[in-house]
Amino acid sequence: MKIVSLSGIIGYGFSEVGLRRALDQNPDCLASDGGSTDPGPYYLGAGVSFTNRAATKRDLALSLPEAIHRGIPFIIGTSGGAGGEPHLAWLRDIVDEVAREHGLSFRMALIHSEIGKDYLKRKIREGRVRPLDGDTPLSEADVEASVRLVGQIGVDPFLAALDDGAQVILAGRACDTAVFAAMPIRAGHDPGLAFHMAKIIECGAMCAKPLSGSDVMVADIADDHFVLEPGNPERCCLVERVAAHTLYEQSSPYLIYEPDGVVDVRTATFEQLTDRAVRVSGTTFEPAAKPTIKVEGVRLAGYRTIALGGIRDELMIRDIDAILDDVRLLAGEMVARTASPEDFTLSFRRYGKDGVLGPLEYAAAVPHEIGLVIDVVAKTQDIANSVCAVTRALLLHRDYDGRKATAGNIAFPYSPSDIEMGAVYNFNVYHLVEVDDLSETATVEIVEVSNP
Amino acid sequence: MTRLFDLASVLRSKNAGPLTVTLDIMCADDATFHRICQSGALSAAAIARRYKVSDNTVRIIPFELVRTIKVSLPRRVVSGDIADTDIYGCQQHMPLAEIEIP
Repeated sequence: MKIVSLSGIIGYGFSEVGLRRALDQNPDCLASDGGSTDPGPYYLGAGVSFTNRAATKRDLALSLPEAIHRGIPFIIGTSGGAGGEPHLAWLRDIVDEVAREHGLSFRMALIHSEIGKDYLKRKIREGRVRPLDGDTPLSEADVEASVRLVGQIGVDPFLAALDDGAQVILAGRACDTAVFAAMPIRAGHDPGLAFHMAKIIECGAMCAKPLSGSDVMVADIADDHFVLEPGNPERCCLVERVAAHTLYEQSSPYLIYEPDGVVDVRTATFEQLTDRAVRVSGTTFEPAAKPTIKVEGVRLAGYRTIALGGIRDELMIRDIDAILDDVRLLAGEMVARTASPEDFTLSFRRYGKDGVLGPLEYAAAVPHEIGLVIDVVAKTQDIANSVCAVTRALLLHRDYDGRKATAGNIAFPYSPSDIEMGAVYNFNVYHLVEVDDLSETATVEIVEVSNP
Repeated sequence: MTRLFDLASVLRSKNAGPLTVTLDIMCADDATFHRICQSGALSAAAIARRYKVSDNTVRIIPFELVRTIKVSLPRRVVSGDIADTDIYGCQQHMPLAEIEIP
């Protein structure tokens, strides 16, 4: 069975030649992962995608009609970047548009992955929720504070959708493997091979040389092995890269945890089949004694305003720690009548000094330039704006010992200098929920799309 | 003594979910992989110190098949929290990279 992974994320793009060559192989399914938690909590909270609409439409317009005309399934997981209701609706809207413009008709399944607070609170009371990483148990108060909760579904809801005759499946939050493993598992393929294959191809051509998260990968799964080959003729799969890719973004180099169980790659063998294709076999799978679903949730942490600018004066750079401490104190006093200290957090990011590593920075050399970000997160956008404005004005003109550059301390690149960044969300739920049924957190909705 | 950064062919960090950072040290040949593994320089204590986490939260897992040592540890700050400096967690590898290997 041939499964095509269009791209690392639908909307990241893929080469037209890559798609054409993949289609030439008469695949059984076109699929793509649609999102990730990698870009941070904002998108789940705000209900928007980190992928661009025009770019996503481009990818869909090239691939969806091909799937429909060939009568093969088209499957997207974690739609709209984060897989909540608004994200799913966003992707559905683009799919409907492409279907209209290309005169396509098909049965579509929408798999809803958002989870209700009551469900999760009940699970907590039943003692069936545990932390994934770290040891913070989940409280009902945490659940109540969440603005959106999603459960990362495995293959089961996809199987139900396929059994219901859906040709196009748009799923909310889903395991990136479920998107590609569903069809092979439904056809009776070995789950170890199916999940291992899915884990590699979900990143598109990331396991190829030259690698790309924006290009097509084709997997051909058989009874006791699978073969990987990139669509684009300019790329090839190499044993080293394919083997190494299994451990990408995983805590363990050889165990892959799915809702259904654990995939063990230690028994896998990798063979260079042709100069462009790799054959993999031997991966094993251990079903979970207690199936679990990973739940993600975010809470609103406040609103952010930033100001950014460069510092080039050598005295200011040398004494930056003391100067910023001084400005922080002064800013606190200046805003005391408009905001109380617990209403905001004021931070300074010093790129060129320790912006990337923060407290982990070990380099001692004094830079010739610092890129400074004044970063305020506050209870309201107005408070964030005020604190940022006051801090920025103080910092721009602040005097300090030995100062020579008495006209101004910051090179702002922009007018306006202050940038409202809007709502800030934080992950507050990242836990495993024991389930009796791996479909219990999702609902499958069937829709007939008709464009005569 | 050689910096790990100079010995490894790939040395990267990435989120494995928003609470965990995973670092991969990949070697081009078996000799380098074994040199690093046997050096004792890549200890939980040495890594924990550089990442300011407790020793017992650092997991070090070698995977000989692909000549890779994987290190996983909790992010000090959850991805996207106010004090976060690296949403994707992909530029957190340099503290590890500076470890000297005999």
